[in-house]
Amino acid sequence: MKAFTQVDGLVCPLDRANVDTDAIIPKQFLKSIKRSGFGPNLFDEWRYLDHGEPGMDNSQRPLNPDFVLNQPRYKGAQVLLARDNFGCGSSREHAPWALEDYGFRAVIAPSFADIFFNNCYKNGVLPIVLPEAAVDQLFAETAAADGYTLHIDLAAQTVTTPSGAVFGFDITGHRKHCMLNGLDEIGLTLQHADEIKAFEAKHKQAQPWLFG
Amino acid sequence: MAAQTLYDKLWQSHVVSQSDDGTCLIYIDRHLVHEVTSPQAFEGLRLANRTPWRVDSVVATADHNTPTDHWELGIQDPISRQQVETLDSNIKHFGAKAYFPFKDLRQGIVHVVGPENGATLPGMTVVCGDSHTSTHGAFAALAHGIGTSEVEHVLATQTLTAKKSKAMLIKVEGELGQGVTGKDVALAIIGEIGTAGGTGYAVEFGGSAIRSLSMEGRMTLCNMVIEAGARAGMVAVDDKTVEYLKDRPFSPKAEQWDAAVAYWKTLVSDEGATFDKVVELDASKIEPQVTWGTSPEQVTTVGGKVPNPAQLEDPVKRASLERALSYMGLQADTPIEQIQIDKVFIGSCTNSRIEDLRAAAAVAKGRQKAANVKLAMVVPGSGLVKQQAEAEGLDKIFVAAGFEWREPGCSMCLAMNADRLEPGERCASTSNRNFEGRQGQGGRTHLVSPEMAAAAAIAGHFVDVRTFA
Repeated sequence: MKAFTQVDGLVCPLDRANVDTDAIIPKQFLKSIKRSGFGPNLFDEWRYLDHGEPGMDNSQRPLNPDFVLNQPRYKGAQVLLARDNFGCGSSREHAPWALEDYGFRAVIAPSFADIFFNNCYKNGVLPIVLPEAAVDQLFAETAAADGYTLHIDLAAQTVTTPSGAVFGFDITGHRKHCMLNGLDEIGLTLQHADEIKAFEAKHKQAQPWLFG
Repeated sequence: MAAQTLYDKLWQSHVVSQSDDGTCLIYIDRHLVHEVTSPQAFEGLRLANRTPWRVDSVVATADHNTPTDHWELGIQDPISRQQVETLDSNIKHFGAKAYFPFKDLRQGIVHVVGPENGATLPGMTVVCGDSHTSTHGAFAALAHGIGTSEVEHVLATQTLTAKKSKAMLIKVEGELGQGVTGKDVALAIIGEIGTAGGTGYAVEFGGSAIRSLSMEGRMTLCNMVIEAGARAGMVAVDDKTVEYLKDRPFSPKAEQWDAAVAYWKTLVSDEGATFDKVVELDASKIEPQVTWGTSPEQVTTVGGKVPNPAQLEDPVKRASLERALSYMGLQADTPIEQIQIDKVFIGSCTNSRIEDLRAAAAVAKGRQKAANVKLAMVVPGSGLVKQQAEAEGLDKIFVAAGFEWREPGCSMCLAMNADRLEPGERCASTSNRNFEGRQGQGGRTHLVSPEMAAAAAIAGHFVDVRTFA
């Protein structure tokens, strides 16, 4: 996993609530057995005017000029600004894989769906919850200024606007440690292998029917 | 000791360790695996030269990509086939307690297969790379969906890192009316608390209406708790739970059975246990539900109407409603019963079990699918459900009524196989998500119970199953 320390990123606004993971990456692309290459199909049904299938040359497909990701001013965006309950629905980790592959490093929203929120941390994509009023302000400022960027500092747990306004955000110590260092969580957990074994032995004694 | 909720008990009995910030390592008892969200996890193990911690926790099946007809031809789509074959080879290489591959009699939707084989037991932690893993909470298990990185983490360590959620009790008291099902209760709850109402919570369903539901009805209810934003839903153990599990292939046997049942009976919330939030519904007021929009919270009763955006003051909500109606091709104020449909899908991990099929068949019996309905398909949840339905003659009832009787799988719930809606087609569906494009790009989904779906197939439009004659 790519470590996340600081990002100065162009902001792309996606002004709708309840964006589900089916919209972030439609089902036909889930047939891949790889972890990479989902970026060109991020938001496929909104982004292109034709029907997308795996294996198509996406550079030849007709783009939907009305979709925000296709507007030249948001080219190269690294921060996605979103609304409530972002990432609801299916648990597919292909959603953060697609966001990351496209180039997004962070998503800012007033709330996220639990599974998506959790999946982001495993892939170096930082989900940031800010109060609704702050998100409203960022939407307004993004619309008002071309090339609007935000400075995100994970160690300090802050989002800073171009005018110097600072918003703090929460993250658990464990997630922060893993993100800052780009750590393999499995490796960390296996440091507790003896505890897991001890728990397992006790658990097996209490409920032997769970084993075998 | 302080009174505990069922969730407290399930959580506490699986904590391996806890760090200062409250993050815990939670032990996982059952790991359900399907072909879509596992290949990258197995690949991760291989690349790191790791082996599964405990293969006897793994129960696997292929369900999302499998076709529902012409099994003799195999899987026609080469990339779907490759994904299913990848699961075959991963299970062969790494092992599992049980694997039900494509065409196996016990193959089917993972959330139907687990319970019917007794692979889901009370007191377990159950995970799967699939959001509808919440289904298994019907057995007083702590069950929730995980991402693929976590699938790999569970394979490698038998644990997950997690923080405890808040606890919510959704209490449904009273008697459900005739023709009102677990599906209607689920949709009514989502309509009440919203699609994010359960975010951050583990939900326990309680009250007399919940206790009156069969295990299958409880599975339907827990299945859809994720559509209210809660990762996990659960129902306390009672005699129905125990009765259901008796003599299932992987249920405890002989002397272990009695010990297990004694333990399972403790899996209820203690008298006086407190919840962070309590929501109460009156069962007698719940009517058959039909969704009209592109989120499960956009739901009304069969006697209701499509809402009118002009009545909303908040411009953001109005724009969102207008977008949903535009996608759905619906006019404001249209009575639900006047909405004509093109297709009917009876199936999915929400509603493809034997009771669902019996209920739909009872409505379809001796009747004919309406001429405007191009396709009414019935997709049993597993090979065992299919076998049971055929033994009862349900397949013949469906076929005589002009429905198609298919092979088991996820099918048109998410349309990863060839079963899908074409752009603009409108479907009465017993599945769980009416998102844009979920059942096929441009497809329009209305979520209903199996009875309501069958009635819509016969009438050609939505109709109140309680008065349908």
